[in-house]
Amino acid sequence: MTDSTTNGAIERLPVGIPGFDLIAHGGLPRGRTTLVAGTAGSAKTVFAAQFLSEGIVRGDEHGVFVTFEESPSDIRGNMRGFGWDIAQWEAAGQWAFVDASPRPEDEAIVTGEYDMGALLARVEHAVRTVGARRVAMDSLGAIFARLGESPIVRRELFRIVSALKKLGVTAVMTAERTQEYGEISRHGVEEFVADNVVILRNVLDDEKRRRTVEILKFRGTSHQKGEFPFTILPGAGIMILPLSAMELTQQSSDVRITSGSSELDEMCGGGFFRDSIILVSGATGTGKTLMVTQFMAGGFAAGERCLLFAFEESREQLFRNAHGWGIDFEGMERDDKLRVVCEYPEIAGLEDHLVRMKTLIQEFGPHRVAVDSLSALERVATVKGFREFVIGLTSFMKDQEMAGLFTATTPTLLGGESVTEAHISSITDSIILLRYVEMFGEMRRGVTVLKMRGSKHDKDIREFTIDASGMHIGKPFRNVVGILSGRPTHVDSGELDRVARLFAEGSSGEG
Amino acid sequence: MQKHLFKLYITGQTPRSERAIANLRRMCNAALGNNYEFVIIDVLEQPHLAEEDRVLVTPTLIKQVPPPPRRVLGDLSDTERVLSELRVQAAPPPGPPTGEEP
Repeated sequence: MTDSTTNGAIERLPVGIPGFDLIAHGGLPRGRTTLVAGTAGSAKTVFAAQFLSEGIVRGDEHGVFVTFEESPSDIRGNMRGFGWDIAQWEAAGQWAFVDASPRPEDEAIVTGEYDMGALLARVEHAVRTVGARRVAMDSLGAIFARLGESPIVRRELFRIVSALKKLGVTAVMTAERTQEYGEISRHGVEEFVADNVVILRNVLDDEKRRRTVEILKFRGTSHQKGEFPFTILPGAGIMILPLSAMELTQQSSDVRITSGSSELDEMCGGGFFRDSIILVSGATGTGKTLMVTQFMAGGFAAGERCLLFAFEESREQLFRNAHGWGIDFEGMERDDKLRVVCEYPEIAGLEDHLVRMKTLIQEFGPHRVAVDSLSALERVATVKGFREFVIGLTSFMKDQEMAGLFTATTPTLLGGESVTEAHISSITDSIILLRYVEMFGEMRRGVTVLKMRGSKHDKDIREFTIDASGMHIGKPFRNVVGILSGRPTHVDSGELDRVARLFAEGSSGEG
Repeated sequence: MQKHLFKLYITGQTPRSERAIANLRRMCNAALGNNYEFVIIDVLEQPHLAEEDRVLVTPTLIKQVPPPPRRVLGDLSDTERVLSELRVQAAPPPGPPTGEEP
């Protein structure tokens, strides 16, 4: 079930659209035509144009763009924002348009039998003129709109597909769909370009737009199954995030790093693992941002580079907080050991956030990364999108052997679990809970290490305090039960001893 | 009356092309006498002209003169429609009137 290129069966053309070749097991079937179907606004034209652009930019493979809908000048203008200077490529003989876009004065009625010999001749002429290896046709629906729903059009399009094959070019044809899930394309276009079908979706889910790409079929060869999210970025175009296609090849490290608090390190059995992802969950004000701040300071003290993504608090606020705990963020930034990036979650979709965060991580090359908080990001995403975001971010960080500390805010002050937590707890390596504990009319704070993958850890719920030098973890709450569920109850010490004896043998690390 | 000028795009010397040429000739003879001219362009030989005129299908007939330019598609077997679509008037005859075309 591996790539069939080696058998000489179907060669691949690496397309160059970021992420696409990974899910396509190497690229589009070379020398064939692939149907790219999608609803209005699903980025079909961008895909078609990027297919040609990447060919020119990466491999000096020239391209022909056959446009049935937008005029060439519109396309030149619309694609400039992605950094594709089509006019310049045209001048250099790398790109040619075949302009089949409608003009009012060209409207014509049909008065007898016809074929699309003229279009075919023009396409062939353009392919020969620029020596094209790639052809994009956008979009077939417009042809039906002009010539009517007729068997002749189907026959002629089929003839064009065959001719393209003879020319040896790899082609992309776009076609409309009427709904996101349903028939492949309007007008049954797939009947004559059936070998390879890619579907672009732009689904409105819970008031949020989510773009995905799915390879429905590549005849006679393999590809990744299912939908993969993608985003469209200025200056870059389509960027596919092949999250679930990524392999779990990260190595697990035994190297421990400090959390920034020696007491917490002790609770974790000697610190966090270097390439682990830690989730810190707690209600507002329990000390999550403090843990983030200490995590950064701990990295700085160890000579590491630290990157903090803050989605809840402003830069000034974060720096003031840090200062209040005796940590000098400004100095750390001056030494170029820390970078703090503050953004509103709402400024972009989650896919865009992910791409930006990855870019920043790559630029800065940190040893540790903190995100405060994931819950804020969850607001701008669907459940599935959020999970994919976390998987994408964590696997990217693990690939680079970075430690990550993410925070999640619980909705209730006492106990309770956060939505964020429920969605991503299985993805993270360690979970630390921060809780308010009401005792004798007083609010205290408790911390416990719920999960520590690959290591023993302290199972106690310990009390901690916060002062001008940060966090201080103290003794376990010995005579209170029900802290995590938010209903602390005091028990007398006799009962406690009995239970303690019961589990005296049972405490060991988690798998 | 102004001379009518036509361009007829065809793909190769196929029966369909021949039919379109014959239909055009018959129609013009009937409607315009000999007050017309047409050029035949084979897209296999001159694809760049098809590109300039943005022709998609063959046969395509373009009436260039008198303005405005108009075009019809197909082998022109539906003569009535071709004439009405191209707004080709029966020639106000230089000689005696010739009936009710079209």
